[in-house]
Amino acid sequence: MIGLEHYLGVAAALFVIGIFGIFVNRKNVIVILMSIELMLLAVNINLVAFSAYLGDLVGQIFTMFVLTVAAAEAAIGLAILVVFFRNRGSIEVEDVNVMKG
Amino acid sequence: MTASDFSTVLPEFLLSIFAMAALLVGVWFGKDKLASTLLWATCAVMLVLAAWIGLGGSGTHQAFGGLFIDDAFARFAKVLVLIAAALILAMSADYMERRGLLRFEFPILITLSVVGMMMMVSAGNLMSLYMGLELQSLALYIVAALRRDSEKSSEAGLKYFVLGALSSGILLYGASLTYGFAGTTQFAGIIEVVKAGQLPMGLLFGMVFLIAGLAFKVSAVPFHMWTPDVYEGSPTPVTAFFSTAPKVAAMALIARLMFDAFGQVPGEWGQVIGLLAGLSMIWGSFAAISQRNIKRLMAYSSITHMGFALLGLTAGTVFGVQAMLTYMAIYVTMNVGVFAFILSMERDGQPVTDIKSLNLYASREPTKALAMMILLFSLAGVPPMLGFFAKYAVLTAAIQGGYIWLALLGVLTSVVAAFYYIRIIYFMYFGKEVEPLDHRMPAVQWGLLVASALVTVFGVFNLFGIEGAAQAAAAALVN
Repeated sequence: MIGLEHYLGVAAALFVIGIFGIFVNRKNVIVILMSIELMLLAVNINLVAFSAYLGDLVGQIFTMFVLTVAAAEAAIGLAILVVFFRNRGSIEVEDVNVMKG
Repeated sequence: MTASDFSTVLPEFLLSIFAMAALLVGVWFGKDKLASTLLWATCAVMLVLAAWIGLGGSGTHQAFGGLFIDDAFARFAKVLVLIAAALILAMSADYMERRGLLRFEFPILITLSVVGMMMMVSAGNLMSLYMGLELQSLALYIVAALRRDSEKSSEAGLKYFVLGALSSGILLYGASLTYGFAGTTQFAGIIEVVKAGQLPMGLLFGMVFLIAGLAFKVSAVPFHMWTPDVYEGSPTPVTAFFSTAPKVAAMALIARLMFDAFGQVPGEWGQVIGLLAGLSMIWGSFAAISQRNIKRLMAYSSITHMGFALLGLTAGTVFGVQAMLTYMAIYVTMNVGVFAFILSMERDGQPVTDIKSLNLYASREPTKALAMMILLFSLAGVPPMLGFFAKYAVLTAAIQGGYIWLALLGVLTSVVAAFYYIRIIYFMYFGKEVEPLDHRMPAVQWGLLVASALVTVFGVFNLFGIEGAAQAAAAALVN
């Protein structure tokens, strides 16, 4: 029987993979965008699992909001990435280095 | 949507309508030709709303089943946010215009982010918290990259976006855990669970994730990495905006979440906030010493100031919240003046950000140098200025709350921080001869610089009544 803790485990694993994808990744900014998406999806799994477990619809409504915002966020992220590419001619993570910090 | 719900959210509603109407007008009638008109109209609308909220509101109202709370605390933060945004818009008009950056989207994006901030400070539920926060952040990601043809600005936008999205992810994960272990997203429901006894482990984790996500937004150490780069890369008016209104909103949101959802007894979260405060004060003061770029310097300065504001929150008392609110009001006042000055730093029409360029500034521009000196002394917390009283209040609150070591740390780090403020004053009054900066300064910037300096001097008599309002606000939050 698959219970709440299994869902939470998967979500936690996805979330950690997402965070590592942002920090360990040295290749490409697109990968970072995918990692962000992965984190948000992990949250959605959490919310839906809790919602089913508690028998409470709020979690699923929250998920709808998160999905919508994630789409808007991805659109803005890609737009900024296009602007960045026009200026630098590259989207390698190593090239995001005009300012050090 | 009943009539009472509607009247509670009316200011936000009107501001959103204004933003959308402005967007239509801008697209319909020749785009950027209207940008300057739109900018001044936005200023006027914000100031009118600030006056309306500040003078008209009373009592505590809830709307949409507790999703949205309108109380004295929210009103205080909203007035502060609206005034800060209007002033920054006013002083950025000339700068943006001359660099071809004054697109009609700029005031609209600022308006939308202000709507987000107003939602944040009124949030009574994790969902409305998240929606407000995202509305604010999404608009700010774009304005950070406003100068599309500049490498620095687009890089600032990219960095801000990646780290901002990461922080939203962390915050959301915390929200999901909180929802799961408290069984509700309503703050009023979460606090019932917290009060019921032993805090479930999952709820504790949720709280820590929520605090971490919000700490990104106020740029508290160790979540401050984006601050210097974004401050340096963004166009200066945007930097000025970043360092004022969003900070107020995020700080108010932390206070709201901690007091409304996680209880008045700061045992659980006081230490976490205290740790953030301590680290921010230390790192902000020491890292700023090596900075030569005034925008980066102001970034570290804002990190230090956020540390102090968090210090007020750590105490977990009514007086602590009051001290935090007063601190934020004074901080915004000083920053408006300082950034009005930074906006006017130009040589041959090009912006200059090196602090060395201010060498012997006082001999050429005595009034501006004097105003800037007052503001810098105030930021450093030197006595007769307002900045000292702001620091004094948060330190008192921390001592009353039993965090004597933190208060001690605050005093020590403000001594270190005084060094880099006073170094700028040294350059202005006793430096070496360098190629002078341009004399030109638009009337709005000059007015704001001088007005803010005057406020920091003459505000010491009664703080212009801010204290009473802050007290009422704090009492409404902690109750």
